[in-house]
Amino acid sequence: MLEKTNNTAGQTESVRNEQKFAFGLSEFIRSPAMGAFIGMLIVFLIFTMFGYHRNFLSIAGLANWMNFASTVGIIAIPVAFLMISGELDISTGAVMPASAMMLGISVNHYDFPMWLGIVSTLMMASCVGLINGVLVTRTQVPSFIVTLATLFAVGGLTLALSDLLINNTNVSLKSPDWAKAVFGTRYFGFRTSVFWWLGLIAVFWYFLHRSPWGNWVFAMGGDAESARNAGIPVNRMKIWLFILCAVCTSLAGILQVIQFNSAQSATFFNMIFFTIIASVVGGVLLNGGAGSVIGVVFGTMTLGIVQQGINYTEIDRNYSLLIIGVMLLIAVLMNGTFQRLATSWSQTKEGCLI
Amino acid sequence: MTELNPVLELRKVDKSFGPIDVLHEISLSVREGEVLCLLGDNGAGKSTLIKTMAGVHQPTRGEILMDGNPISFRGPREAQEAGIATVHQFGGTFPLMSISRSFFAGMEPTKGWGPFKIFDRQKANEVAVREVQNFGITRVEDGDRLVGGLSGGERQSLAIARAVYFGARILILDEPTAALGVKQSAHVLRIVNEAKRRGLAVIFITHQVMHALSVGDHFAVLIRGAIAADFKKGEKTREEITDLMAGGESMADLEEAISGTA
Repeated sequence: MLEKTNNTAGQTESVRNEQKFAFGLSEFIRSPAMGAFIGMLIVFLIFTMFGYHRNFLSIAGLANWMNFASTVGIIAIPVAFLMISGELDISTGAVMPASAMMLGISVNHYDFPMWLGIVSTLMMASCVGLINGVLVTRTQVPSFIVTLATLFAVGGLTLALSDLLINNTNVSLKSPDWAKAVFGTRYFGFRTSVFWWLGLIAVFWYFLHRSPWGNWVFAMGGDAESARNAGIPVNRMKIWLFILCAVCTSLAGILQVIQFNSAQSATFFNMIFFTIIASVVGGVLLNGGAGSVIGVVFGTMTLGIVQQGINYTEIDRNYSLLIIGVMLLIAVLMNGTFQRLATSWSQTKEGCLI
Repeated sequence: MTELNPVLELRKVDKSFGPIDVLHEISLSVREGEVLCLLGDNGAGKSTLIKTMAGVHQPTRGEILMDGNPISFRGPREAQEAGIATVHQFGGTFPLMSISRSFFAGMEPTKGWGPFKIFDRQKANEVAVREVQNFGITRVEDGDRLVGGLSGGERQSLAIARAVYFGARILILDEPTAALGVKQSAHVLRIVNEAKRRGLAVIFITHQVMHALSVGDHFAVLIRGAIAADFKKGEKTREEITDLMAGGESMADLEEAISGTA
């Protein structure tokens, strides 16, 4: 009898230790990022199957879709922050070309030193973010409409101003060596933007999941009124998130123009869809309150594989949009299921432990 | 009990929005370890009264005293800092956040230095689980579980535990049992008793007479923005209170009115 009791006690102890040890993993399995990871794995395996003989697994193949993913990814994470906090930013499609054009024009036509061009471009973007944030928090107009308006306004202004200032809607840019090295060259076949992306992932992960501010972002999206009652400066925080989003979009534009030595002023509507798809496929809830940086990274990579990696497989390129559409639908349905599972532990608690 | 000075006292408080008078000469007081039940039908001015006490509105006339000193809050934040916490019917918690993150939302415990401060999950979990368990939700053992898994009553309890932990002395509960079933309501009422036992002054807003009678020490019935009755526990029966809330109409009147329209 005594032995038996000891035995059970020992077992409980070991279960507890195991739980502690495996906590990181179990947290991951429960999180929406898990769905994004599985999704990416499935897509990756299928593409490997069809792309093995077309160099999908080569460094060039990897770099090809990672390069694309990095541009989307730098913007997608702050977009996801806004979605988690219950807002949306679609002005990214205009801020990116606007930034690329502004840097090109200011450096190439007005002889700004490169650093000043970059600083003033980032300042311009933060002004757009500030306008978005102030309008959304002051007017209570849905951020979709507010940023739709700024999308067109900034897009139109970019076209009009480039036509006015340089009489051309395209601009070329000659960058000094240091700027090339920092923003626009290739290392091991990967564009510099890939390394920027990786660095930003670390910073953003820390911000959302470790710093106290991350908690505010989740709380704001969960229930803005309660967050306000809890003393979280909801409006100020939202404005900062809009600024962050615009600045990151601007950075993506800067990386692009320095990489390719030229920029076009046409609004990049696809970027809007790419960033939202990456977030949703990455497990971010459309109505806010949940999401993770790692999930969005997986979502972005999945998008990269389907959109660009497809060129290194035997799959017809025309199918990529279809695959993205199906994936998005599955992701939205899965996010709902994950949400239900995550909030129904009262019934399944025993099962979870085993 | 009655010898204690009131923690919060309203003296002839009026509140009007433009030409519309919502509250007339409201005088109320609540002491430590006492539950004041505010009863009233929909539209009686309950929410305006709550908001006036919680610092959202400023009284048009009259004064509010805390510990005998006149006070005036410029916003709900100031009222909270002074120790007046409001727990709303649905709000206060975030379904998709963990219990400990929800508990500490806006007041995160951190470790580390300067910009490298991180959310101290271990400490947050420990404190949140301990506080919530002390309030009787013993099945919460893991602070990382999501709030969404809690029942409505447990969420209310979590919000109350949170308010108490962050130093509330006056707890305003806005219809905490309105959306709950019998069992869940009993849970919340137990929490109200626990808050009272800890010496908090509780203002319990409800239109369910049964719930009020089970925890209240002191009752005030609000009709059309004025206090229609103010009495202590045991001075009135359930039927009398229900009649009062209906604006002086008795059950018989109600039955007559129904049969009249039929």
